[in-house]
Amino acid sequence: MSLGWDVFREMEHLHREMDDFLNRRPVRWQRGPAFRWSFLPGRAARAYPLVNVTEDQDTIYVDALAPGLNPDTLTITIVENKLTVAGEKQGLGDQVKTDAYHRNERAAGRFVRTVNLPAPVDQNQAEANYTNGLLTIRLPKPEEAKPKQISVTIN
Amino acid sequence: MAETTVPVKSEEKGLAPTQEESRYLVPPVDIYETTDALVVVADVPGATKETIEVDVEDKILTIKAQPSYQTRGESFAEEFGLVNFFRQFQLSDTVNSEKIEAQYRHGVLTLTLPKAEAAKPKQITVSVN
Repeated sequence: MSLGWDVFREMEHLHREMDDFLNRRPVRWQRGPAFRWSFLPGRAARAYPLVNVTEDQDTIYVDALAPGLNPDTLTITIVENKLTVAGEKQGLGDQVKTDAYHRNERAAGRFVRTVNLPAPVDQNQAEANYTNGLLTIRLPKPEEAKPKQISVTIN
Repeated sequence: MAETTVPVKSEEKGLAPTQEESRYLVPPVDIYETTDALVVVADVPGATKETIEVDVEDKILTIKAQPSYQTRGESFAEEFGLVNFFRQFQLSDTVNSEKIEAQYRHGVLTLTLPKAEAAKPKQITVSVN
């Protein structure tokens, strides 16, 4: 085939780009908007809650920005290196009539989010804490995932 | 209810400047009205009860909060950071600023601002002759 480009590969490329755009791969936190958008009504279809995943030698930390959750609805599950957080953000509900609102910016509802962890974790020793709207999860690494130093012998 | 982030005229009474100098986050809010109060619900995650400041001066409601949050170790994916929260609202009704109630729970700040007697709705009975 003398065609300069492959239609299917081109399609796949486009598909992947759209996926990236929609899933909004974790980018470094940019000033301002990302935070606001994640709470606005109609935009809650974006990744919610926003998470920071950090690690040190022994532990992986996952912090999620999730104010106003009902802690009883919060479920955290780990399968291999995927961590899933599900729960419900409480709205003001029926206690407020629609015409009584001046502003309604806080989205509410059920959510599920799965994040990939950078290393395997010891599921039995995981701890989660929900304080002041921040969910902090501590995931200790198993012995085999911790970095080992190898000494070099010189002949 | 207009939102103000610009300084209002503050010469006469020597009011504090109504602008925050540093970089800040604008917390999303729900505001609704009941017959005798205005309720403001704001998401200010990461703050503590002690670091939240709320005041009403010259019909301007100011909400400030200082969250304390620091990541540990090396970053793998970073989607949010927390700096100070700051937001101001111009109140249309006269609010009884001595009786404002604030409640902070799970990162959500709920303010109840009772309306002053003069601003409460009065029902007028219609007499039919």
